[in-house]
Amino acid sequence: MKKLKSAREIPIGTAIEDAGCSREYHTGSWRNFRPIHDKEKCVNCLTCWIYCPDGCVQVKDGKVVEFDLKYCKGCGICAEECPAKGKAITMVPEEKKE
Amino acid sequence: MKHKRKKMSAGSAAPTSRKKVISGNHAVSYGAMLSRVQVVSAYPITPQTQIVEMLSKLCGSGQLKAKFIKVESEHSAMAACIGASIAGTRAFTATSSQGLALMHELIHWAANARLPIVMADVNRAMGPGWSIWTDQNDSLSQRDTGWLQLYCESNQEVLDTVIQSFKIAEKIYLPVMVVLDAFVLSHTSEPVDLPNIKLVDKYLPPFKPKIKLDLQDPHSFGGLTTPEHNFELKYKMQVAMAEGVRAAKKADQDFKKVFGRNYGIIEPYRCQEAEIILVTSGTITSTSRDVIDELRKKKQKIGLLKIRMFRPFPAQDVIKVLRRAKKVAVIDRNISYGVGGIFCQEIKAAFGNEKKQPSIFGFITGLGGRDVTPETIMEIVTHTKKNKYPKQPIIWIGLKK
Repeated sequence: MKKLKSAREIPIGTAIEDAGCSREYHTGSWRNFRPIHDKEKCVNCLTCWIYCPDGCVQVKDGKVVEFDLKYCKGCGICAEECPAKGKAITMVPEEKKE
Repeated sequence: MKHKRKKMSAGSAAPTSRKKVISGNHAVSYGAMLSRVQVVSAYPITPQTQIVEMLSKLCGSGQLKAKFIKVESEHSAMAACIGASIAGTRAFTATSSQGLALMHELIHWAANARLPIVMADVNRAMGPGWSIWTDQNDSLSQRDTGWLQLYCESNQEVLDTVIQSFKIAEKIYLPVMVVLDAFVLSHTSEPVDLPNIKLVDKYLPPFKPKIKLDLQDPHSFGGLTTPEHNFELKYKMQVAMAEGVRAAKKADQDFKKVFGRNYGIIEPYRCQEAEIILVTSGTITSTSRDVIDELRKKKQKIGLLKIRMFRPFPAQDVIKVLRRAKKVAVIDRNISYGVGGIFCQEIKAAFGNEKKQPSIFGFITGLGGRDVTPETIMEIVTHTKKNKYPKQPIIWIGLKK
């Protein structure tokens, strides 16, 4: 966890001076459910990539590779929208993950 | 006429000001124009309408080079001002009563976002009973939003306070509300000195915020703030508010240097050796001045303290004046139901930790626009003289029981 800023360091009025600073905020710590990807079932339609609100679906050469767990909040939208037969993404409770 | 004008310009310098007989509402509009506001967004409401009409006219004629944004409500008017201010422009609006209440959510937003917006509020009673007449419950119900509040006594003070308010707001990055009584000021004409805009430019340089919305230099505003940081933001607002007392005093003194007149954040009037001091705000002050003058003629030891700045509350300055008196009579044209007069509450709280304090009487009068006359003030003086201590927390004056 990075050091929290003091009152002196924080800019007034909720202004954020540097663009792109949400990168520093690891929203993956919010996650209760983790998406598990089944490569066998996946048809690489990239529907999950389109729907993911945090851009966590990592794609290489047109294929889903993995999920960026640093930022994935575990919202499950990818699993919900997955059109593959039998679903290529399942949400597993964090405490039950392998 | 032509000849006269020629003669004036033949002089070595342009006139520093010109006199004009204008209403309090138009004093607000001219104040905004002279401050070179860049964005005006407002929704009309009696008794504020003429402020907006005049500003719209000035924008239309090109006398004021500002964008006039028409909106469907006061909520949107403040939203537009917030956007304009974030984009780095000097933004202004005006409202009253129900309109101010509708704006409430964004009144908090403007302050929390630390935007130096200036707004005029024409004091009008909150309905029902449906009313267009003056009392202070509209502005005072915005007490805890983080806006500075300055209460005016004359049309000249209204114009000058609008100009001063931008100076204060842009120094401490908090919005300022300029408050004036409905009709008694808003629709009453008085001779007002309109300063030359070049002098105002000297006093009030263009607004250049530290951070603004800029496509070439991206920043983010008003985002989610977690408990880890929000507490500190609130603390910084209080620091800025406290700084507001000093900033307002300085803006007022600097104003005197340029324009030759000022008001103080509070004004003690004939308080020398006063045993009783009346405390007033707004136009009740003028009425009380007359009464004080009459009583002083009769060698009575009585004075007056006008509170111009209500937020931040200049407690130390107020105590310094009032602690010398035996009795203080606070006249409130407002009420916090269940407690009493709001200025009275503030003054009692200011004296909270003081060992020696005067007996503080809380009078309520003039609610819903009931006239406050010299007789009303005399009744208050008589009551205060007669009683050693206030017998009840609220003393109603002019009430038909």
